[in-house]
Amino acid sequence: MTQKRDISIKIGGEAGQGMKVISTLLGKTFSRRGFWVFTYQDVMSRIRGGHNFSQIRICSQQVSNISSQLDMVVCLDKKTLDLHKDETQGPVLYDKDFIKKNPPPGDKYIPIPFQKIAKDTGGDERMANSVASGAVLTLLGMSMDPLYELLEEIFKQKGKKVIQGNKKSARAGAEEVKKVGQKRHFFKLKPENKKKRMLLTGSEAMALGALASNVRFYSAYPMSPATAIMEYLASQQESYDLIVEQAEDEIAAVNMAIGTFFSGARAMVGTSGGGMALMVEGISLAGMTETPLVIVDAQRPGPATGFPTRTEQADLFFAAFSGHGEFPRCILAPSTAEEAFYLTSKALYLAEKYQSPVFILGDQYLNDSSWTVEEFDLDKIYPDEQGFLSKKKLKELKPYQYLRYETNSSGITPRIRPGTPRQVLYADSDEHTEEGHITESAEIRNQMVNKRLSKARGMNNELAKPVIYPQQMADIYIISWGSTLGIVDEAVKSLKNEKAKIGYIHFSEIYPLRHDVIPQDIAQNAKLIGVENNASGQFLRLLQLETGIQVKNKVLKYDGRPFKPQELADQIKQESGGSS
Amino acid sequence: MTAKNDFQSSDPIAWCPGCGNFGILNAVKKALAELKIKPENVLMVSGIGQSSKLPHYIKCNTFNGLHGRLLPVATGAKIANHDLVVIGEGGDGDGYSEGGNHFIHAMRRNIDITYIVHNNQIYGLTKGQASPTTDKDMVTGTTPEGAYVSPERPLAIAVASNCSFIARGFSLELDHLADLIKKAVSHHGFSLLEVLQPCVSFNKINTFQWYQERVYKLEEKDHDVSDRTQAFHKALEWGDQIPLGIIYQRESKTYEDRKELTDSVPLVSRKGKKDKIKSTLKEFY
Repeated sequence: MTQKRDISIKIGGEAGQGMKVISTLLGKTFSRRGFWVFTYQDVMSRIRGGHNFSQIRICSQQVSNISSQLDMVVCLDKKTLDLHKDETQGPVLYDKDFIKKNPPPGDKYIPIPFQKIAKDTGGDERMANSVASGAVLTLLGMSMDPLYELLEEIFKQKGKKVIQGNKKSARAGAEEVKKVGQKRHFFKLKPENKKKRMLLTGSEAMALGALASNVRFYSAYPMSPATAIMEYLASQQESYDLIVEQAEDEIAAVNMAIGTFFSGARAMVGTSGGGMALMVEGISLAGMTETPLVIVDAQRPGPATGFPTRTEQADLFFAAFSGHGEFPRCILAPSTAEEAFYLTSKALYLAEKYQSPVFILGDQYLNDSSWTVEEFDLDKIYPDEQGFLSKKKLKELKPYQYLRYETNSSGITPRIRPGTPRQVLYADSDEHTEEGHITESAEIRNQMVNKRLSKARGMNNELAKPVIYPQQMADIYIISWGSTLGIVDEAVKSLKNEKAKIGYIHFSEIYPLRHDVIPQDIAQNAKLIGVENNASGQFLRLLQLETGIQVKNKVLKYDGRPFKPQELADQIKQESGGSS
Repeated sequence: MTAKNDFQSSDPIAWCPGCGNFGILNAVKKALAELKIKPENVLMVSGIGQSSKLPHYIKCNTFNGLHGRLLPVATGAKIANHDLVVIGEGGDGDGYSEGGNHFIHAMRRNIDITYIVHNNQIYGLTKGQASPTTDKDMVTGTTPEGAYVSPERPLAIAVASNCSFIARGFSLELDHLADLIKKAVSHHGFSLLEVLQPCVSFNKINTFQWYQERVYKLEEKDHDVSDRTQAFHKALEWGDQIPLGIIYQRESKTYEDRKELTDSVPLVSRKGKKDKIKSTLKEFY
């Protein structure tokens, strides 16, 4: 029996075989018992067949990223065995009915007829998921009760027969593995404490952040990997005074959200890069009409259709420069699901306060992975109802004298809602007067451009500074942003015994970028290495544009897969020896 | 009481003298006054084109958005506040070309919006190019040899989409048009009202006289507005005879009938249920 504090399991099979079900069952079982769980989904863009896997990491202390090492592989099909059997020294569970001739040699292999057991005991082949879950839990030295509890919750709607079938299948899986497994196959895991924590995906976190911030309308066109946000919100419509509309296209989606915000209610849209391409004229419209707008871009590799179900951080330039003309915007890029919750709230706040577009950049790795999250502090939700004219000021206003674009030093004109008694408002996509009517005046044009751009000053002061680790000066700093935080953190900490002291500066509130965002002593004295999930180092180029700081050393990954901590650490080591 | 004067805007009008849009502007004001709607309870959403300037010339809430995109903006605004009388104002290029996709799907949603399409069969603002409703063989800036593409029949598309209110007016028939606007606004569901509106500067064929010689009123004929097959025939009728009036009307469930919206308090005025988040979060443990 091996004592472990950090275990990773890969569960592979064809699309439709339910790897996600197993990872959810295992994930919840462990997150309920004080463990930190992180589950990454590697799926192909197809409904059936192909090769998909879930990689679940279970750790006794805080963890929020995919791991490098693998302790167990569960093969629901032959392909998984062929492709992944050599990735671990630990046990490899496989369905022996798939490989009748020449079973793999070596004592790490554990043959378990998942489907046959499911059929014989549960009465349904599909319960192979429960057989596998029971077997894995037993190998990890856990009792079956939490799994039974979960099966009862998950299959509540499906009735007693399905629940009983699954429970029986799970038990049979556990019995079988006890019978055929050897001592070295079994692990012992112990959590640091028994505190229950949430397990949620980045998409769920964004949806929950929206619900906690009084979003009334969400419009989108289905697009991976953002669709899960829409589906979760759709399931909450009745409970939350919320409408979710599946628009005919992303152009409609963004214009609907602008209409809702114009009416005075909060709205949000979500898509991936290709859908955001269609939204671009709407982004510019929000900029010109000074209508709040929140856009989630769950990034996936492009250009064009790219890798629909994989990950990349290559839409940063797109978000920073999308839309014709000049207008201010904010870009937030959550580094964890927990941050996705709070930053969604912040995005709505900023959009409303500055009456401008705000982007939330997620990616497939952030949005589809399940993260362990501590209880949310709801006091950290940003206030809603921002940027409206106060009741007092409204009273002082003469009838029908409201000026939608009245200029002042902040650039922000308090809004009123259509329907306000004895006032009307005009918003226009043409250049407009303070009243909101079309104008061709050069003088007013200058006044309005300056008004819009001056809002960036206020935005600048709203964004949090990057996380700098460690506090004391290091010799080398990694520059990273968004969902890579956990991976960078683990990689950097694994290099603590290197001669050069290595730290990182990680950004999740990205744009506008202040010129002093990197402390002067670091900029002048440390070597900087950029780490990004794209091919050109977009953040580094943005950094140079806005601050003049040039980062020459880069570790870039653009194969559609997230970095692994060990792989990243090796590359950082290599880069840190290079020219500075 | 509301009078036509109450809708007087301070914005100077930028249309050509004699433009067909003036008739529509007057008819809209007349209809709103007769319906006794206050300016602050009207939201006009428009696209881009001469037609889309109309909301500026009326005192009411206005969102003058992008070319072809007025319907989704109007949809979002109406969902947030179903107390608003939402009217879309756009042209043939705006709505039937650039906004064609939104046009079809707005009819499917049957949301309670009145969509007034100023159809002058030409692009006015960009100075005389062919539009989706330009008749065949007409010479325009972009069709020097005459338009070789068949014109769209938007009202037939509307019948096919089972749009719940389809009508056509003529900008010179002010009272008739005002009456149609009143009916369209009062209709429960999505209303399409196409208005024939001569462009005096760029369409020298479909002039006031051209229309006047051809239009006739359906209400003076034996036309059953509830008969979809009859409606389809009337929607396709063009050339020597052009029907005006209600072509098709049906009562049915609207977007606002979905259970999340049946509350009399509009979404925007509801207090919100964000406090429920605590109990929702429990599901993730």
